[in-house]
Amino acid sequence: MSEGKIVASFVVPVHPHTVLAPDQNPGWKRLREAFDQAAQTIRELDADLIVVYSTTWPSVIGHQIQSDPNPEWVMVDHDFHDLGSIPYSFNIDQEFAHAWDDANKARGLQSRCVNYKGFPIDVGSVVALTLLNPDNKIPAVIVSSNVYANRSETTVMAKACLDVVKAQGKKVVAVTAMSLSNRMFTDFIEPSEDKIHSLKDHEWNQKILEFLRQGRLEDVGQLSRTIQQQIRVQKVVAFKPMWWLSAMNGNRNDLTGNVMAYEAIHGAGGAVVHLDPTPSGVGDKEYDEEDIEYFHGERGVLDAVEDIQAEELTPATNQNSGPELWEPTERKGSVNTDSAPKPVGAYPHARRVGNMLYLSGVGPRQPGTNAIPGGPIHDENDEPLDYDIKAQTHAVVENVRRVVEEAGGTMDQVVDVTTFLVDMKRDFSGYNEVWAETLGKVGPTRTTLAIDALPTPIAVEMKVIVHLGE
Amino acid sequence: MQIRWPFRAVQCRGIMGKGKIVAGCLAPHPPHLVYAENPPQNEPTAEGGWEQLRWGYERLRASLADVEYDAIVVLSPHWQTYVGTHFLGLPHFEGLSVDPVFPNLFRYHYDLNIDVDLTKAIHNEAQASGLSVKLMENPDFRVDYGTIVTGHMFNPSWDKPMVVISSNRSSQYYSVEVMQDMMIELGKVTRKAIEESGKRVVVIASNSLSHRHFTTESEVPEDMSKEHITSHAMHLWDMRMIDYMVKGQSQRILDEMPEFTEQAIAESDGGAFSWLLSALNVPDYPAILHGYGTIIGTGNAIVEWPCHAHEEGRE
Repeated sequence: MSEGKIVASFVVPVHPHTVLAPDQNPGWKRLREAFDQAAQTIRELDADLIVVYSTTWPSVIGHQIQSDPNPEWVMVDHDFHDLGSIPYSFNIDQEFAHAWDDANKARGLQSRCVNYKGFPIDVGSVVALTLLNPDNKIPAVIVSSNVYANRSETTVMAKACLDVVKAQGKKVVAVTAMSLSNRMFTDFIEPSEDKIHSLKDHEWNQKILEFLRQGRLEDVGQLSRTIQQQIRVQKVVAFKPMWWLSAMNGNRNDLTGNVMAYEAIHGAGGAVVHLDPTPSGVGDKEYDEEDIEYFHGERGVLDAVEDIQAEELTPATNQNSGPELWEPTERKGSVNTDSAPKPVGAYPHARRVGNMLYLSGVGPRQPGTNAIPGGPIHDENDEPLDYDIKAQTHAVVENVRRVVEEAGGTMDQVVDVTTFLVDMKRDFSGYNEVWAETLGKVGPTRTTLAIDALPTPIAVEMKVIVHLGE
Repeated sequence: MQIRWPFRAVQCRGIMGKGKIVAGCLAPHPPHLVYAENPPQNEPTAEGGWEQLRWGYERLRASLADVEYDAIVVLSPHWQTYVGTHFLGLPHFEGLSVDPVFPNLFRYHYDLNIDVDLTKAIHNEAQASGLSVKLMENPDFRVDYGTIVTGHMFNPSWDKPMVVISSNRSSQYYSVEVMQDMMIELGKVTRKAIEESGKRVVVIASNSLSHRHFTTESEVPEDMSKEHITSHAMHLWDMRMIDYMVKGQSQRILDEMPEFTEQAIAESDGGAFSWLLSALNVPDYPAILHGYGTIIGTGNAIVEWPCHAHEEGRE
């Protein structure tokens, strides 16, 4: 399996004119031609998946991910119904959708999949997938834009998506369906009269496009609130898609940007922009806003009272009723990160000595929630439970990666691994399969041992040594 | 505040001639209400829930049971149009409506008729008054779930033709004040077109009051132990508006609409409430409060202005 990554990103407009009426206005035609060119680029990239974040799909209860494997219907726009209808039949990667939903929850987000016949897929998603993936050859996933989500929540949702991209080794195209300035004319106009609603909107659109042309995506993300105030009608969804797209690209400012088209659609600013992950040489920039890995904001509104009651009635314990969790120790050479699970004793996540990095035993527990992907191996009464060794092994490898990257290293610098399994007979095969897909491709030496038990109800743990290079 | 519970309408059958509005209603559209009713048209099933509001709809239906009318005119905040005000312009619509926010609760097979003549009459009056309007004549169009929920809860037999008006989002493009000016004009022309049509009509604003949602949903959505208003401030605003309604102080509602809409994040931003009060000629008689309750934290009131009882002698 290849390494999962974002192979391209696109910004595309949402209104149906590019599908239904490209010949009625030269600008709409140019947008359509840019769409067609983008579709050709995606085909040439041999992508495995298209992920669409659509600003025209608002959600209230957390984040919604389309998981109907073949949603079909006929879309008619609420405003531009006189342009015609767009029948659609999409190919959705259901497995990815569910994995993303799980990853969202593991990072503290409210999330759910939607799989209902007749679900009204929004105009932005319909336009994007109709034109970027006309033959439906590439599976897609669509995610909503939560009306209450802020930057941290939107960023974490992108990182959860990346968790799955990497775990599944997919080559992914990320798409935001959005307008730049979104102020339309509030009266009916002839197609030939279309133009950007105001000079101010046009000037701001040009600023955004100049940033994107230079590949400075994170800078646009950090200007989101200003852009929203300057050129955006105060609808329920703010200028969030750039937060999501930037996080999908590692919050970088040195992408290779190409503005393929920029035109008015009934006054709003519509653009097709290609962002290639190849570094442009512009140079990455220090950015002001903090990065975030896990969402800790207010979402458990309904359960807040229950949680307090539970805390009052039961002794402090973690989710898996294992041993007490500790803060990682800080000594000379310690390497610790909030993105790895807390230790069960007084030790760091890793320790650096010269160019060598020695990791403490790494299990599959999730940081923040302490949840165990694939499930714990026994319940609170030590009654055995069914669990998924592959999911646990994937989570171990992901936790290893987080610690290694915190030290400034990469996975291909891992040189030696000792693995502990609590049930060699049951689990070796599944563990070995995941190993082959992940660390096995890097090539470290490996020793696998059967042991009686681990401190938490997990089935696998790895002891890892890394050579960080000169 | 004095609340008037079940109210028996004055009977007023068969008075034809000049068309008129026989009742105005505030009739909110949360899909939870249809979900909780378990009608055959809706796919999900529930163990009940939100009874205070569903009983309120029962009282509203009972109150109007003996009032004869020809059509229902509804303005729903969930057909959102940014370019003008639109009207469903074909005689019949049917299909499946799936709520994009609560698809787990609302997947409803709808079948409704449109009073195209009355629709065109209101559309033409609005156009003549300078408003931007458009007829929606695409047969593939899916009717918004707000219209369907209110349509079902108000008239479960669906035996009356409807006029369905979109919610122009001028409050977002300009301000609540501009929205209200436009909706007051739309209300006036709606009333004029109804009077000239010779028909007896019920006009309905399909909106909640305070509109701050919870952002989580309980495992059993109809678990009423989880249901309450999102904040005390929202409750105070809702009670203030209800107080004005039951005291016949509609002008004060219009006067305070910008503050209410902003501070209670109220669904009056869609214009339906302002349009309704204008269509009712800013009533100075008491409205009947049939029910109040919260749905995922939003405030919802079911209210009737019994025009038939108060305006019958004014012709």
